[in-house]
Amino acid sequence: MNTAASSLGEFQQAFATALFEDKAQDASPIASLLQQPAFAIYRNTVRKACIDALEANYPAVARLVGVEWFRAAAAVHVAVTPPRDARLMHYGAGFADFLAGFGPAASLTYLPDVARLDRFWTEAHIAADAEMLDGSALASLPPEQLGTRVLILHPAARWAWFDEAPIHTIWRSNREGDGDTGDIDWHGEGSLLTRPQDSVCWCELDRADVAFLDACAAGLSLGDAAAAALSVQADVDLSQLLAKLLRAGAFAGIH
Amino acid sequence: MNASLTAGLGLKPEHFDAALSCRVPGLWFEVHPENYLVDGGPRLRWLEAVRGSHAVSLHGVSLSLAGDAAPDAAHLQRLAALVKRIEPALVSEHLAWSAWGDQHYPDLLPFPRTTEALQRIVANIERTQAALGRSIAIENPSHYLHIEQHAWDEIDFLTELTRRTGCSLLLDVNNVHVSASNLGFSAEAYLDRFPASNVAEIHLAGHTPDPTLGAAMLIDSHDAPVAPVVWALYQRLVERIGARPTLIERDGNVPAFEEILAERNVAAAVLQQCDATAEQVAA
Repeated sequence: MNTAASSLGEFQQAFATALFEDKAQDASPIASLLQQPAFAIYRNTVRKACIDALEANYPAVARLVGVEWFRAAAAVHVAVTPPRDARLMHYGAGFADFLAGFGPAASLTYLPDVARLDRFWTEAHIAADAEMLDGSALASLPPEQLGTRVLILHPAARWAWFDEAPIHTIWRSNREGDGDTGDIDWHGEGSLLTRPQDSVCWCELDRADVAFLDACAAGLSLGDAAAAALSVQADVDLSQLLAKLLRAGAFAGIH
Repeated sequence: MNASLTAGLGLKPEHFDAALSCRVPGLWFEVHPENYLVDGGPRLRWLEAVRGSHAVSLHGVSLSLAGDAAPDAAHLQRLAALVKRIEPALVSEHLAWSAWGDQHYPDLLPFPRTTEALQRIVANIERTQAALGRSIAIENPSHYLHIEQHAWDEIDFLTELTRRTGCSLLLDVNNVHVSASNLGFSAEAYLDRFPASNVAEIHLAGHTPDPTLGAAMLIDSHDAPVAPVVWALYQRLVERIGARPTLIERDGNVPAFEEILAERNVAAAVLQQCDATAEQVAA
């Protein structure tokens, strides 16, 4: 027996390398395997499983660009960044950043942010369980104490503000509908994803909502969060803002 | 408990509702635990609901037991938590590897069956069984490549694993057919030699010819009904070793629940016939 080839680790190092490199490895412990046409089965299966996972995890992106374009782009990402976790629903954390630097996608400036919302969906779907804060819990507190309290975000809540484009509208229409954004109003938008009844839900946010949630996430008090909302939108109706976020299931508690 | 399991089905998310309400006697379900290793959310609720009415088996695809490294500790910890939560009837994994370095390769990759590999896999199975607090079943893989460095015959290798670790075996009859066809050995001879007492579970699935290499290379694709030749091998196996929990796997071209339930019922009938024959012999 070839002693070099008897090392399990050397075999696996060479095999793993060959899965994403098509060139021959003459002196390798797997040289005789690479000469067999069947080695392509492993290359194809591994690559396809990774690309399938990205397509499953980024359905709005796939719908926007078409499956063929998506899979070609995904193949480039897979070759550079194979999964690091056996749970393929976690795969693709860096896909939005990849798209932002992917030459052929340069004209689709909104694509990375649409990918960020697809990623938010996955994160919200698998996040830890927690009770949703009920509005009545707030109503029962003495009004003079409210300002010093801190709202605790629900583990499934994900949100962002997108200044350049109506990302929420583009994402939503490609995630849930026919992808028709024909008469879209081109303005900045915020987006919130939550999981109130075990299903991921989403709603559009304005700047003040996002400022409020950012402040809560930073551990600021309700009073400071309200000030943050007012600072970006002076005419904001704070009770409506809070009711909307509570109804969406953005919070899990109050300290 | 396992004696009450007859034929089961790989559970697909699109079949959850139908599966939950299906009360065919002896029916059980198998899932890949990787899809349920989450912090919370609906997936765990679905699995717990199914577990509330049926026996469930966890069939792992990513522990990489044949990798020259210990199984990922965090992954093993999450798997142990799921086992505790679900209390599965069976836990199984593959005689394969799927991780190297810090990267994961979602497939069941082959390795040379050497004594070095045997020792590593024994250690990995022992570590897994200790973490889970129970024994697991190890599945024979599908083969596509001739690996000249093999020092061990596959059945001898699997038998030695059971002897050293107390693990049981999951015998995938379709994998035997696919491997026998691709590597040129007799599936009947392989199955006739397989150690009957160690078989905790049997798998059946469909295969397809490789799109480029043709019928000379069969792919363990799980995207078609079980082939007649595999049914014949299954019948022959069960007549020799007796009834064992048997699972129909279907991962691609997934048909309506009723259609794969009908396929599952064929396996259940084979098992029932085997039990009836055994009773007649005993009487």
